[in-house]
Amino acid sequence: MIAEKILSSEEIKEIQEVYKHFPVKSAACIEGLKIIQKNHRWVSDEAVKELAEILEMSPAAIDSVATYYSLIFRRPVGEHVVMVCNSVSCWIMGCEKITNSLKEKLAVDYGETTADDRFTLLTIPCLGTCDHAPAMIIGEDLHRDLTTDKLDDILNSYK
Amino acid sequence: MEKPLTEHIKNDNTWLSLKEYKKVGGYEGLQKALKLNPEEVTNIVKESGLKGRGGAGFSTGTKWSFVPMGDDVPTPKYFIANGDEMEPGSFKDRLLLEGNPHQLIEGMIIGSYAIQARYSYVFLRWAYHHAAKAISSAIQEAYEAGYLGQNILGSKFNLDMSLHISVGRYICGEETALLNALEGKRANPRTKPPFPVVSGLFGKPTVVNNVETLNNIPHILNKGAEWFKGLSKTDEGGTKLYGASGRVKKPGLWELPLGTTLRELLEVHAGGMQDGYKFKGVLPGGGSTDFLTEEHLDVPMDYASVGKAGSRLGTGTLIVLDDKTCTVGMLQNLEQFFAQESCGWCTPCREGLPWTAKLLDAIEKGKGKMEDLDTLTFQTHYMAPGNTYCALAPGAMEPLQSALKYFKTDFEKHIHEHKCPWEQ
Repeated sequence: MIAEKILSSEEIKEIQEVYKHFPVKSAACIEGLKIIQKNHRWVSDEAVKELAEILEMSPAAIDSVATYYSLIFRRPVGEHVVMVCNSVSCWIMGCEKITNSLKEKLAVDYGETTADDRFTLLTIPCLGTCDHAPAMIIGEDLHRDLTTDKLDDILNSYK
Repeated sequence: MEKPLTEHIKNDNTWLSLKEYKKVGGYEGLQKALKLNPEEVTNIVKESGLKGRGGAGFSTGTKWSFVPMGDDVPTPKYFIANGDEMEPGSFKDRLLLEGNPHQLIEGMIIGSYAIQARYSYVFLRWAYHHAAKAISSAIQEAYEAGYLGQNILGSKFNLDMSLHISVGRYICGEETALLNALEGKRANPRTKPPFPVVSGLFGKPTVVNNVETLNNIPHILNKGAEWFKGLSKTDEGGTKLYGASGRVKKPGLWELPLGTTLRELLEVHAGGMQDGYKFKGVLPGGGSTDFLTEEHLDVPMDYASVGKAGSRLGTGTLIVLDDKTCTVGMLQNLEQFFAQESCGWCTPCREGLPWTAKLLDAIEKGKGKMEDLDTLTFQTHYMAPGNTYCALAPGAMEPLQSALKYFKTDFEKHIHEHKCPWEQ
């Protein structure tokens, strides 16, 4: 039996389109990982191997890049990734209260996914919105001037 | 007071379209530039005194002048806008990226013309989704209007531009690390020399400039070097985007003449401290700059003056420390960030930063010893400039060395009382 491929022909085409613009195929490595993650939420070992074939690199070389970047997920994540800024301005403005409350509400620690697979909780360095600290980003949505009272409404809007 | 970079930015969370940008003089700087020789463009930028707004403060025109010119040089050359804004406490480039993307693109086209680049990239951090939409839309508009592509405005100059969205890591803001990221590799910094202006992206001459820096370029070409110098309160030309975060009444971002004093920023623009909080110190230009204190309030916030006061202008966005926030806790947060973001390539940074963060954590929890302070001082020497590949670890030591200088008693209190005195 032939194992089913992870990457669709559309994804392969999209990756090939990227490396056309560069002098070497390997330059499309990060873009390739992004394309995979966009469609599958995370990058599995199988996907790494298939990308390696397309870019004519070794799986280990792909993985050395994939594990370097904090926003490439090499483990499964939930439907919505919640990333709370824990850098200095947010820390001064009390982000620890926010993260403690989130951990309690979601019943997870950092790096964990809720039992219903809805949310994964992570931290992220400075979101560049320090005049509205504390802040977090869920998916692509920025939430600023956070207080613990606001968290239920925000989380409920993703259910 | 002139605010060339921000005066046209709208308040409704939308960016200036090409039509709106042209109405306020957009792309006039480019038209003027294309009538000059590339070298003349570089000279105007050099004369203006514009210094890099990303933190290092190097002369932009001088950087461009190092690029090999003529027919017998390596090609294609590249021009890159560094929009990786990840310095903790910095949020200035976001405003420009989201509010006026054409101003950046025009600056990039002019810069590309000056060094005769064939390809240009906007390197943008992942978290700036709104900016990504603005830049993508503006690049497309610029192509359709003939500002990008073949034979730009009939000048025979060709330039292609695209947006690269990064996938995290603070180190990507370091220009040689950024080049590795663009090549699809791990973003470890490269040895310098050779500098990117000679051997950069794919080994070709490459200029990397900060977003705010490039936003100045169209105005310098349009209105001249003398006008630009006149914007500033010091002999370093231009305005600066200053900001403040922390326990001030009105945290925010303001475009002001370069050389505006720290006191004016804090007391007038940021509205002073929140009720019940007292000013204790400030990191003047992001997480990797030395603390300044009460005695420095009248220092003009320009490169030379802040340098003389023992710190760096950096990104010009203030992080304010108040009397109710624990200095050691703040340092622990900063050093934990730097330890996490170290790429691990060179030993002092890979080993020294986690060591530093652990010592601070122990002190913060009341488990520190007096000799730990000597070890922290040792770290600041061990990770000083010259001992590491790039500026990450030396930058990380700046808030620490200055905290040990100005707030040493805070550390000692933790050690003597076996707890954090600020803990409620």
